[in-house]
Amino acid sequence: MSEKYIHKKTLKDKLNSPGMLNILYVPVLILFGTFLIYPFFKGIQVSFTNWDGYSQIFKYVGFQNYKQMFADSDIVTVIYNTIVYGVGSTLFQNIFGLAFALLLCRQTKLNAVGRTFVYLPAIISPLIMGYIWYFIFQYDGGALNDIIKLFSGSQTNLLASTKANVWIITGINSFQFVGVSMVIYLAGLQNIPHDYYEAAEIDGASYWQRFLNITVPMLAPSITVAVVLNLIGGLKLFDVIWSLTNGGPGYSSCSLSTMMYQLYFAKQEAGLAASLGILMFVIITIVSVIALAGFRKREISQ
Amino acid sequence: MRDRNGKLNKILIIVLIIFYAVPFYILTTTSLKKDMDVSSKWKMPSYLYLNSFTNAWSKANLGHAFLNNIIILVISMTALIILGSLAAYPLARNKSRLNKFMYYLFVSAMIVPPLSILVPLYQFYSRIHAMNTFWGITLIHLTFQLPLTIFLYTGFIGTIPRELDEAALIDGCSRFGLFFKILFPLLKPVTATITIVTGVNIWNDYQFSLFFLQKSQVQTITVTLSRFFGEHANYVSWVAAGSLLGSIPMIIIYLFLQKYFISGLSSGAVKG
Repeated sequence: MSEKYIHKKTLKDKLNSPGMLNILYVPVLILFGTFLIYPFFKGIQVSFTNWDGYSQIFKYVGFQNYKQMFADSDIVTVIYNTIVYGVGSTLFQNIFGLAFALLLCRQTKLNAVGRTFVYLPAIISPLIMGYIWYFIFQYDGGALNDIIKLFSGSQTNLLASTKANVWIITGINSFQFVGVSMVIYLAGLQNIPHDYYEAAEIDGASYWQRFLNITVPMLAPSITVAVVLNLIGGLKLFDVIWSLTNGGPGYSSCSLSTMMYQLYFAKQEAGLAASLGILMFVIITIVSVIALAGFRKREISQ
Repeated sequence: MRDRNGKLNKILIIVLIIFYAVPFYILTTTSLKKDMDVSSKWKMPSYLYLNSFTNAWSKANLGHAFLNNIIILVISMTALIILGSLAAYPLARNKSRLNKFMYYLFVSAMIVPPLSILVPLYQFYSRIHAMNTFWGITLIHLTFQLPLTIFLYTGFIGTIPRELDEAALIDGCSRFGLFFKILFPLLKPVTATITIVTGVNIWNDYQFSLFFLQKSQVQTITVTLSRFFGEHANYVSWVAAGSLLGSIPMIIIYLFLQKYFISGLSSGAVKG
């Protein structure tokens, strides 16, 4: 029946059909094809070569770049750092983001000022945030060392410490973007009906019981969004590392992003850099899909 | 008991505010000091000295960088809003199988780490002569900000009742005219959110600008500052002054429009 109907349509009707509207996303499709999908597959191709990044000559070397990646102890360190940046930041940002949201959810003036301050760093360039913390952690005349000197009499160079620097950077990234998680949790908290708490209170539930049995399950969708966003952001961390330690000393605070930059521009190893890019893509996809699936399962349907 | 809880909360909030203010306080004191002044960064200088600001402004050529940032921001945002809202309209209104696939394709592009395609993109850009051009960097910003933009627009259009479309169609409006005349004006709140969130990303961008804007005429604030820091690492007060100058426009916009920053972001984020 519908076929007959279509035949009777005039050209003008056809142009006005819902299907015709699809041309509206064609420009976006072309952009993605040109600047995302094409380079991505090209990147896979480059990762199997020994290209240096500028010359015309290169050879296909099979899986050699990938083999080198896992044999090189520096790259193993870098993968470990990347995971610390991703998982560590996610952990901090969600625990503190939820804590800050609970602390600041009431509509008072002081709470509003608190929210303004906690979110403020999120609008500053991460590069500049790195410089600001450099003034605090710097060895000579750093603000933190002034305090340490007061108590111990000597100063320490925390950014040069290969054990501490990864965690310092994780902490700074969390400090900067905890506001985003807080805002997501604030919105989630607003959607929880008040009666639930009142009913629980009448039943004699303690604060912790209410928190664990009402707040956390009702916030599940917000937790999913915040966790996945933080994981993606943390795993591709670049700017703060760049401005604070440059990935050093050695490779001790390098992430996959910063190492790629060094391999490509400083060492002219485009092939290896491209294979690191593919590895980063695989890690981020796997981690975020697992997180998304894992957390979605726990959400209660409303 | 309630009262005591309230007091404890207040103290905690004040501690939190101080903690978040400290880095900005240190940045300010550092930028206001003379180069030879090695007193603690915790102390405000007792004199007024603004030369670091004028030095940073002229030596780093920050004025030019500001202009570049504004040009890139305005072109990118205009294109982003037009392309994003147009693409979201069929995705929200015509949920065929194809369109569902397209929606997931567009949105899942969000997880592609920009640097993972750096090497081929760099090669591609030098071939098409897009290096050191405003259009080149704009196309990259567009590509990487569109997933979030389409996600937010599609979600928002989905909440507008379809009856509105039907009424307009009956009145003889075409499906395309309907979008511009009826729907687009209704998208104001979500457009505000998108402008703010993606605008901050574009304004603060460092990784793309670092690779694709290497000539000094086209450099943005972040690239200029990092180069300045590399050259004058010993003059921390200059770098601090430059960082402060580079952040002030965003801080001012944030303080005036914070209700859009905070409420807008959350409304978009939770609906997904």
